[in-house]
Amino acid sequence: MDVTITVNGTERKLELDPRVTLLDALRHELGLTGTKKGCDHGQCGACTILVNGRRINSCLALAASHDGDEITTIEGLGTPENMHPLQTAFVTHDGYQCGYCTPGQIMSAEAMLREAAEGWPSYVSKTLDADPTLTDEEIAERMSGNLCRCSAYPRIREAIAAVRDARNATKEAAE
Amino acid sequence: MDDTPRNADFDVALTMDAAQPPVLDRTVQGLLGTAMDRPDGPLKVTGTARYAAEALPENLVTGFLVRATITKGRVIGMKAEAVEAMPGVIRVMTGHPLLRNPAQGQAHQAPEQILPKVDYFGQPVALVVAETFEQARHAAQALVVTYEEEVAEVDPNAASQVDKPKASQLDQGDLEGAMRSSPVAIDTTYTTAPHSSAPMEPHASIAEWVDGRLQLRGSYQMLKHNVAELADSLGVDEARVRIHAPYVGGGFGSKLGIAPEAVAAAHAARELGRPVRVVMARDQVFEMTMRRTETTQRMRLACDADGLMTALAHEDRVSNLPGEAFSEPTAQGTHFLYGGANRRFTHEVARIHRPCAGSVRAPGEAVGMIALECAMDELAEAADIDPVELRIRNIPDTTPEGGQPYSERALERCLREGAERFGWSQRRGMAERLEGDWWVGMGVAAAVRTNMMEESIARVTLRPDGTALCETDMTDIGTGSYAILTQIVGEMLGLPREKVEVQIGDSDLPKSSGSGGSFGAQSCGSAVFLACQGVRKHLAERMEVAPDDLTLRDGRATGGNRQVALTDLVEAPMSAEGHVKPGETEDNFSIAGYGAHFAEVGVHRDTGEVRVHRMLGVFSIGRVLNMKTATSQCHGGMIWGIGSALTEEIMHDPRDGRIVNHNLAEYHIPVSLDVPQLDAMLLEDTRDDQANPIQAKGIGELGISGAAAAVGNAIRNACGVRVRDFPATPDKIFPHLPDVT
Ligand code: FES
Ligand code: FES
Repeated sequence: MDVTITVNGTERKLELDPRVTLLDALRHELGLTGTKKGCDHGQCGACTILVNGRRINSCLALAASHDGDEITTIEGLGTPENMHPLQTAFVTHDGYQCGYCTPGQIMSAEAMLREAAEGWPSYVSKTLDADPTLTDEEIAERMSGNLCRCSAYPRIREAIAAVRDARNATKEAAE
Repeated sequence: MDDTPRNADFDVALTMDAAQPPVLDRTVQGLLGTAMDRPDGPLKVTGTARYAAEALPENLVTGFLVRATITKGRVIGMKAEAVEAMPGVIRVMTGHPLLRNPAQGQAHQAPEQILPKVDYFGQPVALVVAETFEQARHAAQALVVTYEEEVAEVDPNAASQVDKPKASQLDQGDLEGAMRSSPVAIDTTYTTAPHSSAPMEPHASIAEWVDGRLQLRGSYQMLKHNVAELADSLGVDEARVRIHAPYVGGGFGSKLGIAPEAVAAAHAARELGRPVRVVMARDQVFEMTMRRTETTQRMRLACDADGLMTALAHEDRVSNLPGEAFSEPTAQGTHFLYGGANRRFTHEVARIHRPCAGSVRAPGEAVGMIALECAMDELAEAADIDPVELRIRNIPDTTPEGGQPYSERALERCLREGAERFGWSQRRGMAERLEGDWWVGMGVAAAVRTNMMEESIARVTLRPDGTALCETDMTDIGTGSYAILTQIVGEMLGLPREKVEVQIGDSDLPKSSGSGGSFGAQSCGSAVFLACQGVRKHLAERMEVAPDDLTLRDGRATGGNRQVALTDLVEAPMSAEGHVKPGETEDNFSIAGYGAHFAEVGVHRDTGEVRVHRMLGVFSIGRVLNMKTATSQCHGGMIWGIGSALTEEIMHDPRDGRIVNHNLAEYHIPVSLDVPQLDAMLLEDTRDDQANPIQAKGIGELGISGAAAAVGNAIRNACGVRVRDFPATPDKIFPHLPDVT
């Protein structure tokens, strides 16, 4: 069947088996292998991408049900020569080891920072309505859908906190 | 590969028969040991690094493995024609050469190939190849396989065949006598659940035969052994197999030996004349790769009134499939960590039909130290001696079984400095600290991991443009090989990091130890170091000075009162190979990494849920090659410790041995919220000159050793419940919690 998706700003027309997931469309059809497959069951977060700005597990989504959607993958965030601040922070804080869960962690972190900026509470938030402060515990909870068997968690959170601080500083400067 | 004969004049070989001088303390580039970022980092964080399954060669087809749904017996039928008629399906393959299970680490030969026989539930029985992944998966699920079933034993405690490997039994002195006559003695039994490595990248291979030679992109840890295993499995000469593994998405032992997907892909690619990709589904990773065995460990410990140990017995039972040579060396660390003249070790291997057991991060210490270090806590309690103190008092002068001297060993320092840093003196008595709904307590455990160095070869070439190339078949499984090899070359040749290129992960390159057993960095690093010694010798000749009088820094050579840019000194590529082999030092000395873990946990007063609040690990591993990546390895190990302490447990169906929780939702590896910010500290001033010429020991596994015991001991201190069956899930705690009035 025909599916049209916009990936990292480029419109892609695909003819797909209806069983193809968004993840496999990216990896197998488009050769965008930055998005990883860890479980194919929505249990690890390695396949996290943004669909219309929100994070999802792309292994749990059929490509056919995303006709017309805007997709951002890790390749759309930055390149080795021109990294996104989260990517830079993951390198300087050693927020990875084998690197396999890393694209998913970074996509998830980007969406998570936006969710928090929009005031979404989490399971560990003290109240449901106050703007959440992204403490280490808040980051940990909000990133717990992204498994890392190398167990880089402490430094993943440090990397995210560094970007949180930089964004807060920019926001304060603007105010 | 370059076929021009190379000049071997500057090659350097070393057999570790004697202590080595600390050359790296006299070099001046200042790159080694620093917290340098990984050079491979930008590729990994941008999704540019390509892992095994991530190539799209022309004409690529996909294979999907089919798993046995009986435990023991034989395949007697397969409705292959039915699925071969499905859209896109190309062929169903079964029988030889498909593997029963992966090769054990360093096996260097094919693992069991037993089809049509079946030895465990989940064993691969066929490969279905189709044009696309979706077609192959569908057909694999639709394939009807018929079996003739046999009765299978799956319970390690009831197994009728139990092997007792001779080399693993030991009786020294009079254990029973010492147990009877000592004022303090404990006799306690611990059990640990089986574990899965669960690397985030599933085992994957893309196989392609080019001009009669197999090119396999695989996710493997030890390429020289993997080539031999793959070639033997396929019945071809080793020269006809090449493996590429530039990036490996985690291994933890599960990618030590060639696994079923590689052989299946290579076989299918040969039969079909097309490139074939086979990736294990997550449930297949659980079933078809190595699990860590469950263990039962009886510990008997006795000491005198001062806490000096008089008796130590560590007797364990593990399991594996029939025919597997590997058995978890559970008591490995117990042999030399503490004294005690009267000792007994027994080791039993139950032959059962659960999925294959093999090496999982720190085989031996990872589970053996749970029992030993919890039992030490029990002994401390019985003797009424502080557990840190008890451990320090029992550090032996020479090994208690062979009387060998120890090489560098800073166990006492790790315990003392750790206690100080953690605030151990604030630890209260058992169940004395209730904070809100949580009982809070602290625990300690020692860490030890046997050090191994393995034969390795590497080549380093200094080029006329002032850059260096380092080549070896080493792998980087997240450990930081790219980083530390860059640093060793930069340090030795006086080059900034940008001037060093590291090529690894290709089996055609000089043969290294590969990654495993925490020996990769030190073994391969030593070979690279020796190769650099060769290049330095060459440079010294050009400078007309003795090698010791040559100083290399920032691309310039200084010696004999002159300074020359390397770009002026090097007219043609200067190349040397380094070759390191283990030797007598490992027989003459007990060489190991040491450390101490401190944990503070909260135990919920009603539910028994455990939360790790704080954790400190202090480690001594000789020279630290990269502070950043080494610390990350410590974190990884400590978190694996938290997992094995609290949540990780393969559940086998008691009827057929199958893994019931074969997915990441039901096999609980720690997630971010399970882990506090950790404090991991590496002693920076220690060197082990008996270990290797770079004075460094392994760190990948030390961090897990004892970590779970520290958590278990903290649970005891917090709420008074002594868990002896790991993981310490709430059901094992809440029935025994103290009443709170
Ligand atoms: S691959 Fe999608 S959640 Fe694991
Ligand atoms: S970096 Fe290896 S799984 Fe996260």
